[in-house]
Amino acid sequence: MTSIYDLWRSAVTDSRPVAIATVVEGPGVGAKILVGEDIEPVGSLGDPDLDRVVVRDAIGELAGGRTGVRHYGPHGEAREETVSVFIESFAPPPQMLIFGAVDFTGALVRIAKVLGYRVTVCDAREVFATHRRFPQADEVVVDWPHRLLERVGDRLGPRDAVCVLTHDHKFDIPAIIAALGTEVGYLGAMGSRRTNAERLLRLEQDGADMDEVRTRLSAPIGLDLGGRTPEETAISICAEIIAARTGRPAASLSVTEGPIH
Amino acid sequence: MKEIMADLDRWRAQGRRVVLARVVDIEGSGPRLPGAAMAVADDGEVAGSVSGGCVEGAVVAEALDILATGDRRLVTFGYSDDDAFAVGLTCGGTVHLFLEPLDW
Repeated sequence: MTSIYDLWRSAVTDSRPVAIATVVEGPGVGAKILVGEDIEPVGSLGDPDLDRVVVRDAIGELAGGRTGVRHYGPHGEAREETVSVFIESFAPPPQMLIFGAVDFTGALVRIAKVLGYRVTVCDAREVFATHRRFPQADEVVVDWPHRLLERVGDRLGPRDAVCVLTHDHKFDIPAIIAALGTEVGYLGAMGSRRTNAERLLRLEQDGADMDEVRTRLSAPIGLDLGGRTPEETAISICAEIIAARTGRPAASLSVTEGPIH
Repeated sequence: MKEIMADLDRWRAQGRRVVLARVVDIEGSGPRLPGAAMAVADDGEVAGSVSGGCVEGAVVAEALDILATGDRRLVTFGYSDDDAFAVGLTCGGTVHLFLEPLDW
């Protein structure tokens, strides 16, 4: 029989979501169950009722990308603490879609890779959208951004990001409208204050839901760090993505108070 | 655990015995989230980390003990008045680790 380690290994290698539940306290310490999407659970914690409840919870934790300890009775009872089970989720990497193969794109690809994103660069102009220009990108797509979103938009979720760097209304208006129709967690668009004011007018003219635009679109993209280079701009964009996820104000810790994490 | 997969694969291929230590819970401040993993091979070679360097030495000692006994156990590191000379986290948090032989 294939070991749980080998099943885990092949799932992680193929970017298939998988979770391992391990008894860390109580009877059967060390016992494990591996769960994944579209596969039968493998292993046992030593009690069929406990197994059933933990499999259900592990699938839920995996869907949310969460990792932590849950407590059960010996047969999976809620509100008991006889058995502590550590459920570790191994979700595929978050995705970043970067629209526009411009100067800033290469730097953003590099910083996003450091942060663990699977990065796709998309631009309709084939002379710019090449693997040679963006060797670290996982995928380079020559197409209109909104058409790429029609194909992959339903795979975007709260951990993912769409960065619109085209600053050309012809490309970015349909891309932003299409991105607002997805569940993507972060949506930002580059441009000067003036470009951005014009962009908001165009979005309204093209029928975008302006309440959605105001709550979900970060534009001009990035934190106000005052940097100028593509690398500094990429860091300001990625820092904004992190702050958006954590809900923090992105001020220096030296001027804020309270817990850091 | 993903981050140390290459080392785990290599050790398993060499037939070496390995102990896996994973952060399962933290209280208060702590540099690494649940899921952070460190592994210790039977010759003391180490991969990964479970804190900012505060408890790794103590984890190696626990891991070598587990290699000898075959135990699996929860180990807690953190500052408390009763235990002021024990290994702790300089940040003041508490970290709960689960250590087990990688035999699964």
